[in-house]
Amino acid sequence: MAEKTTRVVSGGFLPPARRGTDWPDRIATVLMWAVALLITAVFVWIVGDLVLQGLPHLSWEYLSAGPEDAGRGGGIAPILVSTLLILAVCMAVSIPLGLGTAVLLSEFGRRNQFFGRLVRYSLDVLAGVPSIVFGLFGNAFFSITLGMGFSILSGGLTLSCMVLPLLIRSTESALRAVPDDYRRAAAALGLPVFTALWRILLPAATPGLIAGLVLGIGRALAETAALLFTSGYVDRMPGSLLDSGRALSIHIYDLAMNVPGGESNAYASAVVLIGLLLVINALTFRAADRWLHQGITPV
Amino acid sequence: MSPSRTETSLLWLLRALAAIAGAITLLIVVFLLVEAWPALRSPGFTHFLSDEAWFPSSSTPQFNIAPMVAGTVAATLGAMLLATPLGIAAALFCRFYAPPALASGFRRLLELLAGIPSVVYGFWGLVVLTPLIRQWAPPGQSLLAAVLILSLMILPTIALLSETALRSIPRSYLQGAAALGLSRWRTISGVALPAARCGIASAIMLAAGRAIGETMAVLMVAGNIVQVPDSIFAPVRTLTANIALELGYAMGGHRAALFVSGLMLLVLIVVLVTLSDWIMREEIHG
Repeated sequence: MAEKTTRVVSGGFLPPARRGTDWPDRIATVLMWAVALLITAVFVWIVGDLVLQGLPHLSWEYLSAGPEDAGRGGGIAPILVSTLLILAVCMAVSIPLGLGTAVLLSEFGRRNQFFGRLVRYSLDVLAGVPSIVFGLFGNAFFSITLGMGFSILSGGLTLSCMVLPLLIRSTESALRAVPDDYRRAAAALGLPVFTALWRILLPAATPGLIAGLVLGIGRALAETAALLFTSGYVDRMPGSLLDSGRALSIHIYDLAMNVPGGESNAYASAVVLIGLLLVINALTFRAADRWLHQGITPV
Repeated sequence: MSPSRTETSLLWLLRALAAIAGAITLLIVVFLLVEAWPALRSPGFTHFLSDEAWFPSSSTPQFNIAPMVAGTVAATLGAMLLATPLGIAAALFCRFYAPPALASGFRRLLELLAGIPSVVYGFWGLVVLTPLIRQWAPPGQSLLAAVLILSLMILPTIALLSETALRSIPRSYLQGAAALGLSRWRTISGVALPAARCGIASAIMLAAGRAIGETMAVLMVAGNIVQVPDSIFAPVRTLTANIALELGYAMGGHRAALFVSGLMLLVLIVVLVTLSDWIMREEIHG
């Protein structure tokens, strides 16, 4: 009996499977395992196909050379540079905005109740807006009204609108998870609000901030539709932030849809994109780990 | 103790940042409205459903977006029908069937599936899935391909959110079921699913929003022919794909018409988000 109780407490709830004639129960068990197997099989199919077809085309030359013949030959160096520049613009804008908003919502929420509720509702809606609608908006606002044209700058700014709700939500919940004792202790020491934020609350919330950052970077790297009409298609090495630059995801799209014979290089680009996502994921979590161990965060 | 001057200015800085963040949604709505206004005023909104066809850039432009709406609805419904039972089953597997080590591994796999970029799903669908469908029933790029790829993309969303909902069921419910000697399936169908129904419903709403808004994957596998689909093997074009295909060269009234369809997407999403929020709040209060 004791053993059964710990099972209930620790993980899922697992009454022993019965032998015999409880047919609905047995059928359900078989179905659940079948669904899990099916999903795993499809995952292996997709990833296996990408890796098997993409890896043979991957080489140092592929990463360091410019594309030739509309991408059928050559490499993706300028495309990687554009992708990273777009990502940099996006993060440079959305991190301060997101951090400030999240601090206001979580730490000063009581003094700004109505305003806070308004901002939060607006962010909830923003989180659901389809990426192509961000593309429409970015094209109309950044590219045309603000006169940035098809550029890395307008692509990055469009993406920053897109990842902002993700960053704010994760930062806010990370800050809220910091125990109130920390705030009381800071107040008892007479620390100014700014110092308490900078020295105590934000360091304590770092793992949550990093997790939000990873989500945001992942979403920005994966995005295609919002960039089609903001950062554009040009696959030359960008000379400035006002040049058009082709992101990696758009490169995959273009090779697959518009370039006959571009398939093998599209496979290679897809592997690079997924590899990039995994590396950033691993690196940021490593960094978060280090912070966690030297910081004051309760583990 | 009155707040010092630096604290006041910090507070105002934070308020300004939050105001910018909050104003983005408003800015999006305003810009969509401004750009869509010429089309809303001069052919009028009813033309989008009553015109003969979609010839947006001819000299007598026709703006019937009904085929695209049908495409979006068909693809989304199909994907929901397929992904909802599979996603819930995956969540139940994670929570009640898999041994703990396997469950966390399976969860990780779902997270990885959720993280694959949509353009990669689209690419895989284009080079692997559509040729398979073509062998069976040409032309391959079809409503069926769109439904399959979309359900693959929203399945992790439904599964992960449902699993979170199942996780938050009070432990005493399950202990009560165990004390009554219910079988595993009876516990799930009689206790766990009803207790988590709000969370699961909200997950389905969010997944529907994602399916409606998805652009690239659908664009790459659906064939993009403007027609009301007469079978699941027929090529279709969705609202999102239509915008992505035509905005590049659209001028004047055509461009405005595309912004109208963007506005419609936005309204649909707002309704879904609000519904999903409302369901979750009902659960807390109810």
